[in-house]
Amino acid sequence: MSFDVVASSRIEQRQITPWRYIAQTGVQIGLLGIFLGVVGILGMFNKRPIIVGELTLGYATLGLVFLVAGILVGSRRLFASIPQTLLAGLVAGTIAATVFALLPIAMSLISLRSIFVSLDPTLYEMLTFGYRAPVGIGQIICLGAVLGLLGAALTELPRSVRRPISGGLVAAALAGLFQELLRPILANSKVSKPLHDLLYTWGGLTLRGAITIFAVTAIAITVYDLSRDRFNAKFQSLPSPNRRRIRWGFLAAAIFLCLLFPLYAGHFIGQVLLTVGLFTLMGMGLNLEVGIAGLLDLGFVAFYAVGAYVTGLLMADSPFALAHMSFWEAMPIAVLCSVVMGVIFGIPVLKVRGDYLAVATMGLGEIVRVIVLSDAAAPLLGGAKGILQIPRPVIGDFHLNNPVLLFYLTLVASLVAAYAAWRLEESRLGRAWKAIRDDEDVAQALGINLIQVKLLAYGLGAAFAGLAGSIFAVMLGSIYPHSFQLIISINILALIIVGGLGSLPGVALGAIVLIGLPEMLREFGEFRYLFYGLAIVAVMRLKPEGLWPSASKKRELRIDAETLAVQQGAATADAKTT
Amino acid sequence: MAVLLQTHRLTKRFGGLVAVDRFDLEVTEGSIHSIIGPNGAGKTTVFNCIMEFYPPDGGEVYFAGERIDGVTPDRVAAAGINRTYQTIRLFRNLTAIENILVGMHLHLKSTWLGAMFNTRGTRTDEDRAHAEALKILDFVGLRGRGDVVARNLSYGEQRRLEIARALAARPRLLMLDEPMAGMNPRESLEMMNFVRRVRDERLVTILLIEHSMRVVMGISDRISVLDHGVKIAEGTPLEVQNDKKVIEAYLGVQREKVLK
Repeated sequence: MSFDVVASSRIEQRQITPWRYIAQTGVQIGLLGIFLGVVGILGMFNKRPIIVGELTLGYATLGLVFLVAGILVGSRRLFASIPQTLLAGLVAGTIAATVFALLPIAMSLISLRSIFVSLDPTLYEMLTFGYRAPVGIGQIICLGAVLGLLGAALTELPRSVRRPISGGLVAAALAGLFQELLRPILANSKVSKPLHDLLYTWGGLTLRGAITIFAVTAIAITVYDLSRDRFNAKFQSLPSPNRRRIRWGFLAAAIFLCLLFPLYAGHFIGQVLLTVGLFTLMGMGLNLEVGIAGLLDLGFVAFYAVGAYVTGLLMADSPFALAHMSFWEAMPIAVLCSVVMGVIFGIPVLKVRGDYLAVATMGLGEIVRVIVLSDAAAPLLGGAKGILQIPRPVIGDFHLNNPVLLFYLTLVASLVAAYAAWRLEESRLGRAWKAIRDDEDVAQALGINLIQVKLLAYGLGAAFAGLAGSIFAVMLGSIYPHSFQLIISINILALIIVGGLGSLPGVALGAIVLIGLPEMLREFGEFRYLFYGLAIVAVMRLKPEGLWPSASKKRELRIDAETLAVQQGAATADAKTT
Repeated sequence: MAVLLQTHRLTKRFGGLVAVDRFDLEVTEGSIHSIIGPNGAGKTTVFNCIMEFYPPDGGEVYFAGERIDGVTPDRVAAAGINRTYQTIRLFRNLTAIENILVGMHLHLKSTWLGAMFNTRGTRTDEDRAHAEALKILDFVGLRGRGDVVARNLSYGEQRRLEIARALAARPRLLMLDEPMAGMNPRESLEMMNFVRRVRDERLVTILLIEHSMRVVMGISDRISVLDHGVKIAEGTPLEVQNDKKVIEAYLGVQREKVLK
């Protein structure tokens, strides 16, 4: 399958009058709001406070929706004068809110709960602000109008004002949203305890705290913006060795803080980071196969399963165990078994290409899971009951027995794996992989042995998954076939696409966005696959090269955008002459 | 001089269509040999059969005395044949240098293990490869364009890069499939001179497909004419030019023009 992504080249030729655009945007945004309500996102989000007693995530989302209406209309630069733009935002917000108000109106007239479970009285109460229907609906429309106006106003503000405001809002929202994570960290140490008391109560972020965070962030951004040029000039005037030293110093400090963070953050964050780390490891492996060698693989979870099961069989304190090795002995064997599995896996699909390859590998991945589940293999692998009592890794007398310590293990493994992946990508083999990704026949005609190169891609990619599986086994202490569903393969594929195909930092970023965020915010977790879909569609539309693309890819697509702009310019010139 | 490439009764069928019919070809080492013929005559199919993209249905192919039909394309490349394509088929997402480095794949020795541990052998291998890639880049006149992604090169540059990539594999026989396609007369002339330079400076035997007769007359030592998969004439440009069958089959009604 080719993943050449080309930015949309549609040239807008239809003339849309400004007011029609405003009406369209308003209706679309209103429908989006109704959608969020109907699927239950608004109701679910309403249970999480951002500012205690003042604002919930549900209302914030709804407000954001109306704000976006104003921003969309304002950023289109439909009118030259500011009052007209503000009026446009106001109208768009009002239309959006009016369309959205159809939802509570419908709810007050008939019960829709038998069809849409989420449309319950609690949601109705939220949407009408606890008042009777006409009053509540009037309030929604007013809210829409005001927020639409504000959205449009935001686009008209100069950058120097807009940046602190939006930055402050985002910071306050994050502080409220992640209060469950931030509070223990702040409360743990004596130094930060007063800060905790200033910002939070036991229930969450206080209004005072929110205003404080907003103000501090806004001022910080303003100061930074104002003094950045001076700082840069001063920095540039330093002699080059000093500059390098300062840069390395900052980098080292940042890495040091990142390393210390999980220790203070507690077990929950440790667990989230551990999961992110495991998916990063697997993502790097799949990235070799899909991103570099262009071999689409939907059965990747099989290698993860092999790594986990081999580790389990070699370490567990159970009747299925083949040996009682330590983790450090079992892990390399597990990785090796995964490599062998990868090669075996690759042989039947050597001649299969593109979309067919995706289907074939998906089948192979399922076969592995079904075999593990089967009665035939049950005496060996434990069937659906799995393998239990896998001990934790030990270094000397030191037991890696909590998620934070296991996270550090995963971090080390990831760094080693990232180095290996980077070396491979730059090597002769990596070039051969990229060549078969672009044109398999031509690559073969240049003397590349397709069988060898493809099997190496499967085998080496599988090694990363085997390593992840091995850590997974000791993390849970028990493994079941149900941990190795097809959806894991799809998750990994999604995260490398969102992060940027073929890019190593992209894999880590993709794992944080698609795996870490849903784990941290339960509400997002409930709608995980909706957000996956949204994230993928949004990335493909707005940043088709991924969130953190590899360097050469970035250059390509930027150049494409330039040619596109030139073409569009030519097209408009043509349109003018004819 | 010795015969480098020989096909004997080479045949390829696609269903009921006989694309190449008992085609005999002898390419002398160090020569520029052209295969010409109208569209659909089976010229590219001959290339694909020699390169083993399509296994031939009959006949044999010998290269430097050894039989090469029935092996995989990478083995043909290893034997010393390389080619370009009628429609440019570069590795579009790789830079020009990377394209050439892929072409050198056969002659590099570094392994993936060596690359992972960054051994001295790997480093010297890569340095040598890089230096040679720059030389080839220079030879085809693409110096300074090495870091450009292939798809962003101009048409003429892409054509030359494709030849550079084939040359990087150090072939003894280079097969060029319509290298002048889509070029204006001046560019065609430059390309002709370039092809001659490749033969003279790199000591590579050239097998050339062209469909316009005028282009190949000037540079070919020998010409084979294909029509409907059958070889209808062979000889020096002068002989072929005056061959009655060629004029009839290939040039049709415009015979007066050619005779002039």
